[in-house]
Amino acid sequence: MKYVVAFLRFWWDFVVGDDWRVAAGLGLALGLTWLLEHDGVSAWWLLPLAVGLLLVESVQREVRTSTSN
Amino acid sequence: MSSNVLLFLTTFVASAVEAVEALTIVLAVGVVRGWRSTLIGVGAASVVLAAIVAVLGPALRLIPIDSLRFVVGALLLAFGLQWLRKAILRAGGYKPLHDEGAAFARERDQAGAAAPTAPKRLDWYSFTVAFKGVLLEGLEVTFIVVTFGSTQGRLGLAAAAGAAAVVVVVAVGLVVRGPLERVPENTLKFVVGVLLTSFGIFWGGEGAGVNWPGSDVAILGLVAFLGLLSLALTRLLRQRRGASTPAVARV
Repeated sequence: MKYVVAFLRFWWDFVVGDDWRVAAGLGLALGLTWLLEHDGVSAWWLLPLAVGLLLVESVQREVRTSTSN
Repeated sequence: MSSNVLLFLTTFVASAVEAVEALTIVLAVGVVRGWRSTLIGVGAASVVLAAIVAVLGPALRLIPIDSLRFVVGALLLAFGLQWLRKAILRAGGYKPLHDEGAAFARERDQAGAAAPTAPKRLDWYSFTVAFKGVLLEGLEVTFIVVTFGSTQGRLGLAAAAGAAAVVVVVAVGLVVRGPLERVPENTLKFVVGVLLTSFGIFWGGEGAGVNWPGSDVAILGLVAFLGLLSLALTRLLRQRRGASTPAVARV
């Protein structure tokens, strides 16, 4: 059981890390891209835009947290 | 051609970062506790890694390429964005720089505090720490090599880049025989974060059905976009922090 927990924790840290909102946002953006492309809409711009916004928002949130502490 | 060079460079640098971390642990334990058990641990971890690569490589080829690109693109994107975010925060002065010298000293102190063993017996502490360090960091190298290589259909090139990185880092480690302070880890993580995230966007997008404008050349556009955005963010953080050193010089 200990090894299963350690294994799951390793993958959680590896993929999600310390900001689950970024991972959730990426999942949402990928899913939306898939849906749009399969509806015949060209959505190549969506992922770069989403990643840029998620990066800026995540960095800003971290800065706000560290300056308020 | 350009995608081959980018693939090699990305795999090389990403693997080198992981190899530096593994080498820090191995050097620290080896110097304090002796090399015999430490190197046995390194050897055992290498055998386990080789077995994982042998099983994982062929299995990945059975998965449809678009599904594979979608999954590994998403994984790389999540992993790369974490690295990039932390590298920007470190370069901007909002997180302490990851100090390999401090990591070396910490491992050395922990190793020194553990109970000594008879000279001919296996030192399980050295073995376990070296095994764990090499296996975990090696798994990350394996992940990078297998995913980059198999999605591009150039597993040999990615494996060569990963192997070259490990050889170069080990050679450098043997030459300096000390803490790895001289390797600018945050610079590596910044560059690798940009590259991993760019490849993640490209493959994740392709897996989702995107036809990129300019095909493979779009990767260069993504690298430029993320690189400029990350540098701008770093500069902004440093200005906010009131530092006088230019952001680019300290990334």
